[in-house]
Amino acid sequence: MIPGSFELVRPASVEEAVAALVEHGDDAKVLAGGHSLLPLMKLRLAMPAVLVDISRIPGLSYVRVEGDEVAIGAGTRHHELEKDAVAAAEVPILPYVASQVGDPQVRHRGTIGGTVAHSDPASDLPTALLALGGTVVVQGPSGRRDIPITEFWLGFFETALAEDELIVEIRVPRTGSAGWAYEKFTRRANDWPIVAAAAVDGRVALANMAGSVVRATATEEALARGASIAEAAALADQGTSPGADMHADQDYRRHLARLLTRRALEKAAGAPAAAA
Amino acid sequence: MQISITVNGQQRTDEVEPRLLLAHYLREVCGLKATNIGCDTTSCGACTVIVDGLSVKSCTVLAAQADGGQVTTLEGLAGPDGEMHPVQQAFREEHGLQCGFCTPGMVMAAVGVLADNPDPTDREIREGLEGNLCRCTGYHNIVRAVRSAAQAGPAAGQVPQAQEVAR
Repeated sequence: MIPGSFELVRPASVEEAVAALVEHGDDAKVLAGGHSLLPLMKLRLAMPAVLVDISRIPGLSYVRVEGDEVAIGAGTRHHELEKDAVAAAEVPILPYVASQVGDPQVRHRGTIGGTVAHSDPASDLPTALLALGGTVVVQGPSGRRDIPITEFWLGFFETALAEDELIVEIRVPRTGSAGWAYEKFTRRANDWPIVAAAAVDGRVALANMAGSVVRATATEEALARGASIAEAAALADQGTSPGADMHADQDYRRHLARLLTRRALEKAAGAPAAAA
Repeated sequence: MQISITVNGQQRTDEVEPRLLLAHYLREVCGLKATNIGCDTTSCGACTVIVDGLSVKSCTVLAAQADGGQVTTLEGLAGPDGEMHPVQQAFREEHGLQCGFCTPGMVMAAVGVLADNPDPTDREIREGLEGNLCRCTGYHNIVRAVRSAAQAGPAAGQVPQAQEVAR
């Protein structure tokens, strides 16, 4: 399988990348690691006329503490996040979830900005990021703006990102020793989750239970008013709209959402370090 | 467009289409046919090569993305005198292959696993190779081979001719 023809643009700075996006509009797609985009292009499900390769822009890969938050450069690859000491100390759910993405070869290429921009409801890192809360920092022709993570994913492959904007950073709260867990149900080792649940600090997010990753709001509200984990987890699928495929029908996905939420909450409440 | 890549220690410059995949570049342009294309969907790992010290699936990387970088294929593992790399030697000694189709990718992925972790447990070996499928299901001997290569010393995780690339 061979992608359709395209022109490759290789900006040396974020400003140059944004200028290319302004110039080419929706004819252009951003290329980072390419592990979501290139498979789509090989299947000709995506045929952009221009690819803007941001992987040569210096300074987009970092993890650092800034005040109460951890700032992660959009170009940080999954394997870098997986092994990052700052992330392990300040927001340990992220390195663990990064280690659950695909396989080592995929993690050597894929970036956090790419998986956030792609908005696949079955993505691991967006599920964890949604549970964490925080901010997606994007840059467009008129400068930078912050988009709350809770408002970023609008649906299947749909985000709040404008076509002339580039994700430059993800900011999440430092969770330190707060309990966390990520429970991912797959048929085979390196599959996408059929359903997954991320829990951290009383918040829960679910993968593959709607057109985008979603918060389990009924569960969170129940926990906030003092319900037990079992009671709260039994509400995890409320308000979700899972799809059906050859792996699981809707009822089974709802069952998994409740089960994985309970396991994640129990693990998060029990031993903060036990999930790794 | 013009790209310059150091392939198995030899720098070369080629005129390619931007859409040319690294796997096709290695096989068709460089004539290096050890790198197999299996599933062509980033699943099976048969096309695994090392780019700038890290294992990648070359069916899902553009040749242009490796521009300026170092690529090592199975052909680049053995020494100039034909002496096999420790991982190749271990695959032979432990019979870590059956039909052989997955072997080039499996060997390159194994080098990547050992580069990352010189003394992996069996579980770490299996998880490290989770992106490589053997349709003969010869996994036990593959894991045995990787364990044996690790015991041979740190050379098992070294990629010949690879140099640190400033980013």
